Amino acid sequence: MATPMKVRARSEGGVTEVKVLMSHPMETGRRKNEKGETIPALFIQNVTVSHQGRTVLSAQWGPAISANPFLSFKFQGGAKGETVKVTWQDNTGDTRSDEALIA
Amino acid sequence: MDRRTFLQQGGGWLGTLLAAGWFAPEVAAQPWNRAAFDARTVKEALEALGAKDAAPGGDIVITAPELAENGAVVPITITSKVPGTESIALLVDKNPNALSAVFTLPAGTLPDVHTRVKMAETSSVVAMVRAGGRVVFAMKEVKVTLGGCGG
Amino acid sequence: MRRAAAACFGLAIAFGAVGEERSASEAIAEYRQMLEDGNPAELMELRGEELWTTPRGPKNASLAQCDLGLGPGVVEGAYAQLPRYFADTDRVQDAESRLLTCVTTLQGVPGDEAARGWYRAGSDLEALVTYVATQSRGKPIAAPVTHPKESAFLAIGADLFYRRSGPLDFACATCHAQDDRRIRLQELPNFENPESARTSMTVWPAYRVSQSAVWTMERRLIDCIRQMRHPEPELGSDAIVALQVYLQHQAQGGVMTGPGIKR
Repeated sequence: MATPMKVRARSEGGVTEVKVLMSHPMETGRRKNEKGETIPALFIQNVTVSHQGRTVLSAQWGPAISANPFLSFKFQGGAKGETVKVTWQDNTGDTRSDEALIA
Repeated sequence: MDRRTFLQQGGGWLGTLLAAGWFAPEVAAQPWNRAAFDARTVKEALEALGAKDAAPGGDIVITAPELAENGAVVPITITSKVPGTESIALLVDKNPNALSAVFTLPAGTLPDVHTRVKMAETSSVVAMVRAGGRVVFAMKEVKVTLGGCGG
Repeated sequence: MRRAAAACFGLAIAFGAVGEERSASEAIAEYRQMLEDGNPAELMELRGEELWTTPRGPKNASLAQCDLGLGPGVVEGAYAQLPRYFADTDRVQDAESRLLTCVTTLQGVPGDEAARGWYRAGSDLEALVTYVATQSRGKPIAAPVTHPKESAFLAIGADLFYRRSGPLDFACATCHAQDDRRIRLQELPNFENPESARTSMTVWPAYRVSQSAVWTMERRLIDCIRQMRHPEPELGSDAIVALQVYLQHQAQGGVMTGPGIKR
């Protein structure tokens, strides 16, 4: 079971800012461990953020995104108490969704 | 309109599929663009993204540190002032594979995204914006240092 | 790693042109500031809190009764007052060692199992220390030196800090007892200077981007000692606790802001 993300959303002046901190190793597949074995690629490929069921951002990522990714962006609309949901899916098919209420 | 209203107004077969979760908003619209992410150079990646005619444009702002203390985590903000921005791609010239990310922005989402990338070495960061029929790009150099005792 | 250590030794007293140094320092300060929002240590803190509150181990108990020095279950402010003497173990203990005491006595987990893989990214101990340390944010460092064993450890810690030994004939003081020292572009804290000591100690544990992990103070010190080509102290050993007693003493009064985010 993938580790929970930290999702924060804050609305001000008609614009909602979303900040997400994800827990994921984002392995490039180019690193070797202490034994000299290559650590397999393991990275988030797709990210979707939705507000009240409507997609407000979608992204495709490569392994060059830093480990434990941080993402922030803004969308018009959103009010306090409404739900923002973030979903990621990695190259192994593992997936994780977390929600937050807009502050 | 929200899902319930759509269904109530008789979305027909589309509504049935929606209700069955076929078009769940969480699922990415397009399969992962392997060709673009496997491309080595900026040029090859832009071609794979269908952006080989990208022209340099001044209305893209890349906010990045002048000097990154460590290449593992380099904070990058891309702000596009190109009207009608639909997507923003982030590339790092000297990385083994240039393309780092592609952000697709539905209407109402501000063309202003921030994330963190790995940079193998001092390099140009490239932001490519697709807006209307145009494809524009901007670049900014970020120096990467190897700090301290390498620990 | 060997090459890097030798290179570090060679560069340990390298100085660049003053103008270049300053602007590189400023650029690095700006880089660090850009990373402050969204510190992956926050994820470790959440995990640590979960480990603290969840019943685990043969005794199926949580850590809610763990005494970190301010009474059973009191986490707020405890980290800023560690290391300190504990009567129940008759030892001076730091955060790692005290958490291991609680995991073994309250939860019944065998000692070697509790400590296994502690240095790996994402370990339970890393998460617990991160959680505990975060609850000291805003508190001044005030590790007590009142008990005879605490005073003894302070003296031992200072001795360890200044003693030159090992194949490179290094002491901690070789790099960390003068102002304006750096290794490449890394400014080195000077532990003889209280302000510098405080700047250093108030941000650990810290998420190290080069490791994609939160490093506790013990982890940081053990790695530094390894790079000096000294034998590495064991987890929770007297030597490493004594060294921290000395460092915390030099940094006393500094207000905890950690966990930080570092290179």
